[in-house]
Amino acid sequence: MSDFWILLTGVLVAACSGILGTFLVLRKMAMIGDAISHSVMPGIVIAFLLSGSRDSLLMMVAAMACGLFAVFLIQLFQNKGVQADASIGVVFTALFAIGVLLVSLFARQVHLDQDAILYGEIAYVHWNTWIVNGMDLGPKAVWLLGVTLIIIVAVISLFYKQFKLCSFDPALAAACGIPVALFHYLLMGMVSMATVSSFESVGAILVVGMLIIPAAAAYLLTDRLGMMIVWSVGVGILSVFAGYGVAVALDASIAGCIVCAAAALFVLAFLFSPSHGIVAKKLRLRKLAA
Amino acid sequence: MSSAKVQSEASVMERGDVVSPLTVSGLSAAYQKKPVLRGVTFTVTEGELIGVIGPNGAGKSTMMKAALGLIPRLGGEVLVYGKPYKQQRKLVGYVPQRESVDWDFPTNALDVVMMGRYGHLGLFGRPGAKERAIAMECLAKVGMADFAARQISQLSGGQQQRVFLARALAQDASLYFMDEPFAGVDAATEKAIITLLQELKQQGKTVIVVHHDLATVEEYFDSVLLLNVELVAYGPTKDVFTQELLQHTYGGRLAFLERNSLAKTDNKKG
Repeated sequence: MSDFWILLTGVLVAACSGILGTFLVLRKMAMIGDAISHSVMPGIVIAFLLSGSRDSLLMMVAAMACGLFAVFLIQLFQNKGVQADASIGVVFTALFAIGVLLVSLFARQVHLDQDAILYGEIAYVHWNTWIVNGMDLGPKAVWLLGVTLIIIVAVISLFYKQFKLCSFDPALAAACGIPVALFHYLLMGMVSMATVSSFESVGAILVVGMLIIPAAAAYLLTDRLGMMIVWSVGVGILSVFAGYGVAVALDASIAGCIVCAAAALFVLAFLFSPSHGIVAKKLRLRKLAA
Repeated sequence: MSSAKVQSEASVMERGDVVSPLTVSGLSAAYQKKPVLRGVTFTVTEGELIGVIGPNGAGKSTMMKAALGLIPRLGGEVLVYGKPYKQQRKLVGYVPQRESVDWDFPTNALDVVMMGRYGHLGLFGRPGAKERAIAMECLAKVGMADFAARQISQLSGGQQQRVFLARALAQDASLYFMDEPFAGVDAATEKAIITLLQELKQQGKTVIVVHHDLATVEEYFDSVLLLNVELVAYGPTKDVFTQELLQHTYGGRLAFLERNSLAKTDNKKG
């Protein structure tokens, strides 16, 4: 049974981050995803200290607030003349450091394992189950991720054309009266949410891999936005299965193996994509020369 | 140089109580506290092609963006057919500079043109068969029907510009802002674009174009707006596109211009 829950958790992480990652990659905001995933850290610790439990709602709210705060700060610094990459670097390392500091200060009172936050403990998701009236409803992580996925799918499909236009041509979007900033923060809010929900399973560092790597591979595999989302989720799910298999065989970190598998799939796409792969490009050039 | 003086008084009279497509008064804008547009005032005549001319950094793009609310205004008012722009969005079409978007975006030409319909679809509306048909029609008008399914990065610069124009047509607006539609296109595309602009004009639409090639100004535009942070002059091309006013607009750089494009212009006149 534990296999099933671990894989289901992984698949849900892949789906949430695959959808959002597509938009991050297209908007050239991969590093913003990284920044958010690190910046939610103090939010999680503070929520944990306030509530004394890992119960999710407060944690979710606090982490989202932190993620959006980070996005807001990055934007603010950028507008005031700090270089884009420098402001990302400043904001997320600072917020992450505050999180690390808080954990180290209060780790003894609250059972919050720094390693678990950084690297995730997907192997243990089935231990932390949701019990209502004595009935075991399955791992909390699965519920949390399931709800997050439903929200992401609902928001993206309702406002697909807005997200698409804001990604491709924000100037026209704004001229059409689409509130570009609102959709920006909506996307960032969802990234924060997905990060927090994925946290327990893959950890703060590797969730970025799930956000960006499958989407970057998908970018090489298709010329349509809709298909890019499908591929991105598909590559993510494939990485979960392949990574878990390898992890079991080697008795190694599951999250580490999953992201390594995603990276391997990215390299495959990079080399062998029929449209954008370097092998195909070489062949086309050779054909032209002949 | 007073701007209001040149703005044709005759055209104001002729219009009578017809509402102008665009009335800009005292429009100012700045990037990082440095003013790039100061107190620009003009009223556009319906059904004209209007060229916006000025040196680099004169605020031509900024003026369009400020009028469309894409960047914050420091001051001033913009009325589209007598009402604030926010109430008139559907009447306005916008063609940004081609470099402003990522042409590697995973989408095809038809899809980009369909984006021109998004403003008409409301909050939850989805583009469907009707939007697809309109988009195909618009692609055909710019001679790009055969490229509908082509990934946009596979198009040449001129073809990309045509796709942008097709998208503007799909917006089905009455007033168009076009930011350098002629930049970096070949002669065939330039011809296609100007033909299209003239068709729009014949349908009674008003088109405001940021333009760089002084040699074609007299041929293309009914009115000219000379801009260099402040409005230098606005009015019918024959009144405004003069050596003296261009000197004002371009300052010292005109010496170079004189020898090139203007010489050509004068020859034509003579």
